[in-house]
Amino acid sequence: MSWHELPTSDIHKMAVEELDTSKLLTNAARQRDERNYKDLLIIDVDCHHYENESLREIVEYIEDPVMKHAAQMATTGGTGVQTSFLPGLVGYQDIAGRVTRYPLRKSEKTPAGKVHRDVTLTLRWMDAMGVDYVCLFPTPMLAMGSHPQTEVEVNMARAYNRWLTENILYSESRIKSMLYLPFNDPDATYKMVQDFGDKKGVVGFMVTAVRYAQVYDNAYMKTYSLLEELGKPLAFHAGYNWSDPLLATTNRFIATHALGFTFFNIVHCTNWIVNGLPVRFPKLKVIWIESGIAWIPWLMQRLDNDYKMRSSECPSLKKLPSEYMREMYYTSQPMEMPDDLSVLETTFKMMNAETQLLWASDYPHWDMDLPSKIYDLPILSEQAKRNILGENARGLFNLDTNDRFPK
Amino acid sequence: MTQQEIFVARSSELKERDRKIVPHGNTEIGVYRANGKLYAYQNLCAHQGGPACEGLLMPKVEEVIARDQTYQGQKFNYEKLHIVCPWHGWEYDLQTGEMVADRKFRLKKYEVVERGEEIYVLA
Repeated sequence: MSWHELPTSDIHKMAVEELDTSKLLTNAARQRDERNYKDLLIIDVDCHHYENESLREIVEYIEDPVMKHAAQMATTGGTGVQTSFLPGLVGYQDIAGRVTRYPLRKSEKTPAGKVHRDVTLTLRWMDAMGVDYVCLFPTPMLAMGSHPQTEVEVNMARAYNRWLTENILYSESRIKSMLYLPFNDPDATYKMVQDFGDKKGVVGFMVTAVRYAQVYDNAYMKTYSLLEELGKPLAFHAGYNWSDPLLATTNRFIATHALGFTFFNIVHCTNWIVNGLPVRFPKLKVIWIESGIAWIPWLMQRLDNDYKMRSSECPSLKKLPSEYMREMYYTSQPMEMPDDLSVLETTFKMMNAETQLLWASDYPHWDMDLPSKIYDLPILSEQAKRNILGENARGLFNLDTNDRFPK
Repeated sequence: MTQQEIFVARSSELKERDRKIVPHGNTEIGVYRANGKLYAYQNLCAHQGGPACEGLLMPKVEEVIARDQTYQGQKFNYEKLHIVCPWHGWEYDLQTGEMVADRKFRLKKYEVVERGEEIYVLA
């Protein structure tokens, strides 16, 4: 048995065994059994793996020979610091090691063999929580939209998507993904949808929200048209960038996280609506991921209030901004839990949660939510719980769930 | 309901700032010895049900503010230890079991006795 010592301050150290996700989530498995989740379709629309741990495999899929060589060199030896191909972010997601699955992550054992470690680890926590299907996203690549070299984003996006589809999605039908779009290059974005739209396990496409692109740029219209035609949703996954000039005024991670994970999506969502994109692409399904849900009634009220005075600036709109927002989809995590549940009830009502809200865990990230966050809410009907935990996602992605829930 | 005594450990096995987790029904109890006293709490976080007692035991972090109200840094307060749930980082006052950020939440507390050379929890 290997032991690891976590420094918990200068007064003592804490010795722990290697991380075992199944053991760490024993209490989640108890919730699963007590609530009989086996009879409930649960789809997690936002969870993660750490693609940096497979970076040496991924860079082999880079198509540009010069960049591939640089990436191979950067990941084979070097100084061991973060590479230019996954630049990373300043931040303290692990709360200085208090969320122990971060510092202990590399100690977790998985069997050698044909099944990729990421598949094993993902199924391990899915089974503990009682989750049937997931939509898997990367972790460090969430910051790739801030990379100063657009061609690195494009090459890494294609390499990652090829690696993910061939090694993860093809081998495990319970794991799906909305593939990374290199959004700083509109043509490469379009080509990505063309090339990967019909791959196994690809249920949509995802834009990392931390970037300064204008979602209303004419250069993106062909991509939105193609997604609409394919019936594949477009998701915006939130994030933060502590180096953003505004967020750089904050000095605690709590501030840059609480604000960053909402602000970028709020800006993109606002631009999406005031430029009339819901009118131009009425069948395109848009999902806003990992911003919680408290921002939704705030933005609805802000936009409606201004729109009533300034509708001449948004002549495409045929109804209130909030009405377009009510037709979009939102993931739940990290769902704010006000002491006064009537606040949450109002939020659910304003956003049509019963049909538009999608449960997400964000596991294994630090502010993950369990299915019980929805299941235990006294303000939801049984049907609403079923919809939010799985049925809304099944319909949105047109997901075949017969292998878990035969009809 | 009658309380039962659950054997935790021999006294010598639970040293200062040690923790031992013992099974109790369908859950567990975490027993701590810190600053010369024994404490016992249910291994169940009031947040989302995480195994609170399986996380770190951390000294409270405090801010250092000078008399002129300028910020001078942060420090650990070794007299105030916190049980930290490993799932999300909710912190509980070791002495009371109250969640330090919002004291209406708490860990379920149990009585601990040290009799002779043995430690028991009353549950």
